[in-house]
Amino acid sequence: MLKNILQYLENTAARVPEKMAFSDGERQLTHGETLTLARRLGSFLAEKGYAHEPVMLLLDRSPEAVAATFGVIYSGCYYVVLDTDMPAARMGQIIDTMKARALVCDEKNSKKANGLVENGLFTGEILSWETAKNTEEDGDVLDRIRRGQIDTDPIYVVFTSGSTGVPKGVAACHRSVIDYTEALCEVLPFSEDTVFANQTPLYFDAPLKEIMPTLKYGATVYLVPKKLFMFPVKLCEFLNEHRINTICWVVSALTMISALGALDKTPPKYLTTICFGSEVFPRPQYDLWRAAYPGAKFFNLYGPTEATGMSCYWPVRDLAPDEPIPVGYPFNNTRILLLTDDGKEAAAGEVGEIHMQGTCVTLGYFANPEKTSEAFVQNPLNPYYPELIYRTGDLGRYNERGELVFISRRDAQIKHMGHRIELGEIEATASAVEGVGQCCCVYDNTGKRIVLYYVGTVEPKEVSKALREKLPRYMLPALCETLTAMPRTPNGKLDRKGLRERAERGE
Amino acid sequence: MNEIIEILTELHDDVDFTTETGLVENGILNSLDIVAIITEIDDRLDVQIPAEEILPENFDSAEALWALVQRLDEA
Repeated sequence: MLKNILQYLENTAARVPEKMAFSDGERQLTHGETLTLARRLGSFLAEKGYAHEPVMLLLDRSPEAVAATFGVIYSGCYYVVLDTDMPAARMGQIIDTMKARALVCDEKNSKKANGLVENGLFTGEILSWETAKNTEEDGDVLDRIRRGQIDTDPIYVVFTSGSTGVPKGVAACHRSVIDYTEALCEVLPFSEDTVFANQTPLYFDAPLKEIMPTLKYGATVYLVPKKLFMFPVKLCEFLNEHRINTICWVVSALTMISALGALDKTPPKYLTTICFGSEVFPRPQYDLWRAAYPGAKFFNLYGPTEATGMSCYWPVRDLAPDEPIPVGYPFNNTRILLLTDDGKEAAAGEVGEIHMQGTCVTLGYFANPEKTSEAFVQNPLNPYYPELIYRTGDLGRYNERGELVFISRRDAQIKHMGHRIELGEIEATASAVEGVGQCCCVYDNTGKRIVLYYVGTVEPKEVSKALREKLPRYMLPALCETLTAMPRTPNGKLDRKGLRERAERGE
Repeated sequence: MNEIIEILTELHDDVDFTTETGLVENGILNSLDIVAIITEIDDRLDVQIPAEEILPENFDSAEALWALVQRLDEA
C-alpha cells in the first residue's frame, strides 16, 4: 500500500541506486545516496527525541537540502524549509507560528542560525547537518517510526504571503502529495529519462513537481543556481551542458530568455517538455517559445499551494490571436467547483469562484484556525456530511471547449459606474497589445478610476487606443502608465496592493 | 554615466551606485532588474544590449555598465 512518500524514494533507490538524482551542477547525489542521507538524518532526529512535530531546515539550496527534507519525514516529523535570504523579522514570524523545537542548519548558515538565537527569535535546539549526515542510521528505529505513520500525517509546512502581511503556513500530508504525484505523472510525459531543471526555491511547494516524479521514476533534477536566471545565455548554456529536456518554470523565467534574445543566440537544444505557470504568459513571448520548439510538448499549469502543488493542466493547442491562455482541466481525482456568490454552480460561461475538491485539499493553515475556516469551507452543494473544499479566491469561467479560464483574483473584481468589472479582463486585453509586457490593473477607490500599469515598449496613448478597440467604455482605464519594472512582494508576486496605493495617492 | 546611475537608483534607491561594485555578486540585482535595466538603456540611451553581453561582469557596477554601453555605442 502506498501510504508514505518515502516509498517512492525506497523503491527507486533499490532499482537504480547509482543513478544521479539531484545535482546543482557541482554537487550531486545519486538515488542511493539520497536515501542514505535521509535515513541518517531521520535516525539522528529520532535519537534526539523529535517526533510528530515541525523541524526547520536552514540549508543552502543543494542536493543535500533535498535529502534533508526526506530525512525529517523519516523521523516522523514534518519539515519547514527556511529561505536563507529571508529577512530576520519574517523568519521570526515563521518560527513564532511553528513553535518548532529544532532547527537543522549547515555549516554555511550556522552564523545565521546563531543570530536567531541571540536576538531571541529562536529558543529551540540548533542541530548540525554535518553531524547528522555522518550519523549511523538505526534501521530498527526507522522501521518502528514507519509503522506508526499514517498517510494523513503532515509532510511539510510551506509559507505563503498573507494579505494582512503575516505569512500563512500551509500544511500538507502524504496522501495529498501522493495524489498529486500520481495525477501529475499521468498527464505529463515524465519517465526515467527525464532531466529536469528546477527553478523554484525549496521553501515552496513548487519544486515537488520535479522532485516527486524524480523519486517515482528514478529521473534527475538539476537545481539551477538562482543567479543564472539573470543571465540568459549562461542559463541556456547550463541547460545544454546538462542536457535538460524538461522545464516547469514560472512565466517570468521563460520570458527572460525569450525577451532578451537568447532563444536565437543559444537555444536550449534538448527541451522536449515545457511547462509554465503562476503568471499570465504575455502572448508575444508565448508565441516566440512555441515557434522555437514546434516539436515540444507545452503545458500551462495552475493551482494554489492550498491544493498541493498544481491542480489544473492545459496541453497547449493553437489559440486565436486574442484568446487568453486557459488553465484547462483538473488533474485526475481533483474536482473543480465553480461557484457563484450565492453558493450555486456557475452556469455555462458564467464567472464563478474556483473551488478545489478532493484529496489534493491540504490540511489547512498551521496554527491559524481563523484563516483556515475562511478558506477551507464546507461544500455548499452538500449539506449532508462534512466535506471541505478550498476557496481559491480566483475567478474563472469555462470557455466553449469546456476548458477552465482564469479571469482574475476575486479581490480584483470591482464595481465601477454600476458595472461589475473584472480587472483581470482588462489586464488580459492589455497584455495582448503588441509591446505590452507584464501589466497590472488596479482600482483607485479615492479617485474612482481604473488605472493600468504596465512594462513595455509601447506608449501609453497607444495602449489606450488599442484598449478602446477591444473593451466597453466603462472598462477603459482612466490612466495608463508605463513602469520600469513591476513591483514585487517579498515572495516575488506582483505587488497589487502597492500599485493600488500608488494610484490612490494620485501618482 | 549619470543616466546609468539614475536608472539603477530608480530600481533601488537605497544603494549607493557610485561606489557599489558587487551588484550581482552581492545579490542586489535580481532577474527582473536586469530586464528593466536593459529596457531602460534601450529607451533612454538608444543602446541595445545583445544576449551575449548580458553577463555578470557587465552588470556588477554602474561603471561596468557604462563601459558596456560606450563600447556597444561605438561599435
